[in-house]
Amino acid sequence: MHRLTIAEVAGALRRREFSSEELTRALLARIRELDPELNAVITATEEEAMAQAAEADRRLASGEGGPLTGVPILHKDIFCTRGVRTSCGSRMLDNFIAPYDATVVEKLAAAGAVMLGKTNMDEFAMGSSNETSFYGPVKNPWDTDRVPGGSSGGSAAAVAARLAPAATGTDTGGSIRQPAALTGITGLKPTYGRVSRWGMIAFASSLDQGGPMTRTAEDAAIMLGAMAGFDPRDSTSIDRPVPDYTAALDQPLDGLRIGLPREYFGDGLDNDVAACIEGALEVYKRMGARVSEISLPNTHLAVPAYYVVAPAECSSNLSRYDGVRFGYRCQDPRDLEDLYKRSRGEGFGAEVKRRIMIGTYALSAGYYDAYYLKAQKIRRLIRDDFMRAFEEVDVIMGPTSPTVAFRLGEKTDDPVSMYLSDIYTIAVNLAGLPGMSIPAGFAHGLPVGLQIIGNLFDEARLLNVAHKFQQETDWHQQVPGGFE
Amino acid sequence: MDWEPVIGLEIHTQLATKSKIFSGASTAYGAPPNTQACAVDLGLPGVLPVLNAAAVDMAIKFGLAIEARIAPVSVFARKNYFYPDLPKGYQISQYELPIVEHGRVVIELEDGEEKVIGVTRAHLEEDAGKSLHEDFHGMTGIDLNRAGTPLLEIVSEPDLRSAREAVAYMKKIHSLVRYLEISDGNMQEGSFRCDANVSVRPRGSKEFGTRTEIKNVNSFRFIERAINYEIERQIEILEAGGQVVQETRLYDAARNETRSMRSKEEAMDYRYFPDPDLLPLEVTAEHIERVRATLPELPDAKRHRFMEEYGLSAYDAGVLTASRELADYYEEVARLCGEAKLAANWVMGELSGFLNKENRDIADSPVSAAMLAGMLKRILDETISGKIAKEVFEAMWNGEGDADTVIEKRGLKQITDTGAIEAIIDEVISANPRQVEQYRAGKEKLIGFFVGQVMKATGGKANPAQVNALLKKKLAG
Repeated sequence: MHRLTIAEVAGALRRREFSSEELTRALLARIRELDPELNAVITATEEEAMAQAAEADRRLASGEGGPLTGVPILHKDIFCTRGVRTSCGSRMLDNFIAPYDATVVEKLAAAGAVMLGKTNMDEFAMGSSNETSFYGPVKNPWDTDRVPGGSSGGSAAAVAARLAPAATGTDTGGSIRQPAALTGITGLKPTYGRVSRWGMIAFASSLDQGGPMTRTAEDAAIMLGAMAGFDPRDSTSIDRPVPDYTAALDQPLDGLRIGLPREYFGDGLDNDVAACIEGALEVYKRMGARVSEISLPNTHLAVPAYYVVAPAECSSNLSRYDGVRFGYRCQDPRDLEDLYKRSRGEGFGAEVKRRIMIGTYALSAGYYDAYYLKAQKIRRLIRDDFMRAFEEVDVIMGPTSPTVAFRLGEKTDDPVSMYLSDIYTIAVNLAGLPGMSIPAGFAHGLPVGLQIIGNLFDEARLLNVAHKFQQETDWHQQVPGGFE
Repeated sequence: MDWEPVIGLEIHTQLATKSKIFSGASTAYGAPPNTQACAVDLGLPGVLPVLNAAAVDMAIKFGLAIEARIAPVSVFARKNYFYPDLPKGYQISQYELPIVEHGRVVIELEDGEEKVIGVTRAHLEEDAGKSLHEDFHGMTGIDLNRAGTPLLEIVSEPDLRSAREAVAYMKKIHSLVRYLEISDGNMQEGSFRCDANVSVRPRGSKEFGTRTEIKNVNSFRFIERAINYEIERQIEILEAGGQVVQETRLYDAARNETRSMRSKEEAMDYRYFPDPDLLPLEVTAEHIERVRATLPELPDAKRHRFMEEYGLSAYDAGVLTASRELADYYEEVARLCGEAKLAANWVMGELSGFLNKENRDIADSPVSAAMLAGMLKRILDETISGKIAKEVFEAMWNGEGDADTVIEKRGLKQITDTGAIEAIIDEVISANPRQVEQYRAGKEKLIGFFVGQVMKATGGKANPAQVNALLKKKLAG
C-alpha cells in the first residue's frame, strides 16, 4: 500500500481494495518503525489521522469525495495546524500550539486528505540541508550519512521513504526543489501568489511559496489543484481561476521549446549531475522538443541579492518572537531587555541568528540603499532576464542542484558553500516564477533532479512536461534501499 | 533679541472604522483587556494583514477636504522596533509614499486675518497596544485591544509661529475630522493626540533653529502650555549663549514643564522597508470621485454660507460652524423659527451657556432644536417676552416639556388685554402718589420706575412697550 501514488491510492479506495483507515494505520506504523532512522517527522498526529480517515471512509462509502479523499499526507511543520504543535523546526516554537489552520491545511483537509503529522525542517526554513532544525537533522533515505536537502528535508525524506505518498513543502530559495532533487522525488514551487501564505509561518514574505512534494507529476497536479487559489486573508495571493492541472498532463510535447541557460552549466556543476541532465534532454528531444541555449546574464547576482532580501525580510518577520506573548521565554528574566536578549538568544539557533544579523544590517540607516534597494533592483533585472527568455522558449531546464546530496556536517561550517547549493533555484523565487524538480537519474549512486522553470502561472505546462518525462522514464519509481 | 518660534504639528487621529486596519477585530473602546485582539493583532506566527477599505476611504476624504493630492500609489512600510505592546516587533505605517500629500488648511488668527497652513502629508498606520504599569506589582501588563486600530497621522509644514496658532490649527483639524465623520476626535480616549516640533530663531532669519519634539499631548490647553514652555526654555538657553539639543521631550501637565525623553543619539533606527505582506495601495481617479461625492459641506464653506444666507457676522458664523453638530442644530432652529439672527443669539447665548455650565455636548442637549424653535416662535408672536423666554428655556432644560406646555403650566402668557393692564396701572398710580407728583413736575425718568412696578405686578407677563405707552397716557391725564 505504501508504495502507491495518490492517483493509485484514490483508485484503490474507490474500488474498496482497502480503506483509508487501513492505509492510514499502515502508514502510521511505518512512520513509527522507520522514522527513528530518518527523523523526518516531528509530530505524528495519530488520533486525528485515524478520525480523519474514518470520516473519509464514510464519505467514500456514500460515493462522495474527490481524488484526495482518504489520502494520507504530511505537512511541513511550517504550516499552522489547529490544536497541534507547529514548531517551524525551532526551539522558539517548541511549545506553540497553533489556534488555527493554515489555508493550505484547511484546503487539503476540505479535499479529504488525512494528516499523518508534521515534518521536520530547517529552523524557520533557513537552511539547505535540514541540519539547522532544533529537532536534529533529517537523514537522506538513499544514504543516511547524507542530508536530504532543505529546508523541506523532512517532507522530502518522508515521501522518498514511502512514509506518505505526498507532503507539503515551502520554497523560499529552493526549499522544495533542492530536497526533492536530493531525495529523488517530484517537487513543485508554484508561482508566487498561487498558493495562500495564510498560516504558513513567514521566513521571507516576498519569496515564500507553499507547494506539493510527491512522487509523480500527476500527484503534484492533484495536490496543487487542492492547495492553489485566491485567499482573501493573504493580500499577495492572486485572484485567478485554478485550472484542472490534471487535464493537460498528457498533451504531446511535439514542438516544445526548451531553453538551457548557459549560466546553469558552468563551474561548480558536478560532471555526473550534468550527464544526467543531458540524458534527460535526450528523452525530451525524442519526444519532439527543440532544445536551444539561452542566456540569463544576471544569474550570478541571484545568490547575493537573495542573501540581502531574504535576511532583511526575515529580520523583521522574526521580531515577533520576543518571549512576550507565546513561544519560548527564558527563565527568570531580570528586566525587559534581559527577557528579549535571552529569549531570542536561547530560542533561536545559529543560522537563524546569522540571517537576522545580516538582515538587520542590510536595512540599517546608511546601508539600506546600498544593500536592500540594490538587491531589489537586481531582482527586477533577473525577472527581466526570464521574461526575455520566455519570449523564445516555453520552459527552461537545467540541474536543480549542482551536486548530489552531501554528507551530514560537510557544509555546516561553511555557510557560503551551503548557500551556493541553491544557486540554480534562488533566481526562480526572486522572479516569482513556478519551478519543478523531477528525478532525472543517479550520480554517485544518489538521485539527481532536473529543474523545469516556467512562465508565471504556467504550472499546468510544467506538470505536463514533467508527466510526459515520467511516462518515458522510471527514475521516479526507484525506491531507496531499506524502504521498499 | 526678538525671537520667532517655528512650530510644526504631527496629529494622530484614530479613524472611526468598525474594525481594525489590518484585521477584523472590533475597535470599540473600553472592552476588558485583550478581548478585542485576534490572531492578527497578537502577531501570531503565520498571520497576514489585510487592509481595511473603509480606512482608505477615510484618508481620501481627509485628503480631499484639505485640497491635497491623493497618491495613485502609496506604500505600507514596516517600522521596526521592539516594545512589549508592539506585537509584531514592527508597526505597519506609510513612510516614503503616503496616501495624502501637499494639503492646506486655513486658520483664523485673533486679529481676524486668515493664514494658510501647509499639510505636508497624511498617512495611514496602525496603533500599538498599551502597557499598563499600575496594578501589576513589579510587572507590566499588556493590553492589545488598541493594537491595529487605524490612525491617520497628519503632518503640518513648520508654518505655525505661536502656540496660539498651533492650537488654532489643531482645533481646525479636530473640527475637520469630526465634520468628515472619520474620527470621533475623543481626546480623553486618545483618539486625537499631537506631537509638536518646536524651534526658535531670531526674527527675520531664514534658517531654522534646532528643534525639539514634544510627544503625545492630548488636549488643546496642554499643547498651548507645552509649546509656550518649550519656546521660553529654548530662548533662555540661546540667550545664555547655549545651544538647544535636538531631542524628544515629554510634557508633564502636573508640573507644566517638558522633560528630556531621548536625545538624537539615542534615536532608534527603525529600518523602514516596504511591507512585503501588503501590495502597494492603488487608488484610481474613479475611486477618488466616488469618495468626493460623499464629502459633506466643509467648515469654511459653511461659515461663508452662514454669513451670506443668514446675515451673520464672521465671528458668529465661525462660532456656529465650529462643529458640524452645532451648525446642524443652529440651521434647524433657524429654519423652524424663521428668524436666523434670533436663532443665532439663542444658540450662542442661552443654549451654549447651559451646555458649557454642565459640560455637555450639543448632542446631549435636553432642549432639542425643535423645542428651541418652538419657544422662539412664541417670542416672535409676542406670546412671551424675551425675558420670560429665559424662564421658559430653563424650564425646558429641566425637562418640564416644550415651550407651550411650560407657558401654559406656569401661566407665562403675556397680558395684552388693555383693560387688564389699565386696571393694574391705576393701582400703581394710586399707590405711588409722591412719584406721580414728581413725574408730573417734569422728572420723566421716573417712567422706568412705573413700568417696573407694573411689570412686577403682572409677574413680567405684560408687554413692556404696551405698558410704557399706556402709562404715559394715564400719567399725562
